[in-house]
Amino acid sequence: MKFVNEYRDPELAKRLLGRIQHCSTRPIRLMEFCGGHTVAIFKHGIRQLLPQTIEMLSGPGCPVCVTANTDLDKAIALAHLPNVIITSFGDMIRVPGSYSSLQLAKAEGCDVRVVYSVQDALYIARDNPDKSVIFIGIGFETTAPTIAAAIWQAEQEGISNYYLLPLHKLCPPIMQALLDLGEVRLNGIICPGHVSSIIGSHPYRFIPDNYNIACVVSGFEPLDILLCIDMLVNQIETDQYKVEIAYRRGVKPEGNKPALRLMNTVFEVGQANWRGIGVVPSSGLRLKKRYQQFDAETNFDINPEPSREAKGCLCGSILRGVNTPLDCKLFRNSCTPEHPVGPCMVSSEGGCATYYHYGDTYGR
Amino acid sequence: MCLAIPALVKSINGHQAEVDIDGVTRQISIQLTPEVRVGDYVLLHTGYAINVIDEAEAEETLQLLRELSEAF
Repeated sequence: MKFVNEYRDPELAKRLLGRIQHCSTRPIRLMEFCGGHTVAIFKHGIRQLLPQTIEMLSGPGCPVCVTANTDLDKAIALAHLPNVIITSFGDMIRVPGSYSSLQLAKAEGCDVRVVYSVQDALYIARDNPDKSVIFIGIGFETTAPTIAAAIWQAEQEGISNYYLLPLHKLCPPIMQALLDLGEVRLNGIICPGHVSSIIGSHPYRFIPDNYNIACVVSGFEPLDILLCIDMLVNQIETDQYKVEIAYRRGVKPEGNKPALRLMNTVFEVGQANWRGIGVVPSSGLRLKKRYQQFDAETNFDINPEPSREAKGCLCGSILRGVNTPLDCKLFRNSCTPEHPVGPCMVSSEGGCATYYHYGDTYGR
Repeated sequence: MCLAIPALVKSINGHQAEVDIDGVTRQISIQLTPEVRVGDYVLLHTGYAINVIDEAEAEETLQLLRELSEAF
């Protein structure tokens, strides 16, 4: 497959690893922010192949995992309303909220449908004019423009039974919040690839400028990640911190301007509730006043029970890079992909699911 | 949910396009990449093209990878 296979060349990977081994002289800690990178790093065996000087930590870049129970409980409450069709990306369906999940709601008779694209949700609304179709809006800046596009399209086509529960979150603000928490000392960050396709590389400038941390935007194939790590090691070894793009075929420094314009037309920045971190100002998106007619919370009356966290679940501290799944007593015991306790075991990009599927006993 | 895969644009119809993903054909939205042309590769994320893949940069990256790892 073009633009995939070339970046999986094992011979080139071996030599690049040799170069990284040679150049990395001091112990450093790198965080891959994005869940997609966590999976790729495990799946391709990169963790085991990196020199002992490089420690990898996973960050909170899994939008399903960082959705707080309060927000998921709202989605489940909406599912129980009459004449409502809930539409959602697949991962969210199985995540346990405080008392239930969208999947359980479906089993109880609620109309909950998995969609691949938000456009599919729009078509469901168009095809079911007597129902209210609510889309559960999860995702970072990669996804937010597509959700904005659907809202714009709904307005254009006069689709008045389509609604959005906007739970979108932004990466640079949470990166800053994490660094300010100061719980983990980092030397470098592998920045998310497809978020950066949208926002470009400029929004990460505060990371080297204010924190002296190396910053490189990476693609998702093994050679992309190894190139990124090589560039991070080079920055750290030479004490020259900046934002670089390793994923140049997918990311321009200025990002995707039409996508950003659409996002800014439909959404405005507001606070967001992050699992494991709490409410972070200016880290989420909400619909602008002009588009309030599409907002699910404004248009539907729901009163979910007070939310609660699952006892013993370490998802919160795992998302902050403070713990790994191996530190969690529930991991591989009462919490497995078949019976997940927290979202990190449910999501295909969740740290716990990744360790479970790809890690060995020692978590390497 | 940052997953995006390369897809080849076969035809364009307004805001929609037909793409080929390794032999599978799909209708997608190109609302976020209005500059796209037939024959371009795009990054496809949840039914939307989020970027046009820069083929020149793709080749340069491969070249860089070969150069960096030459001595090892």
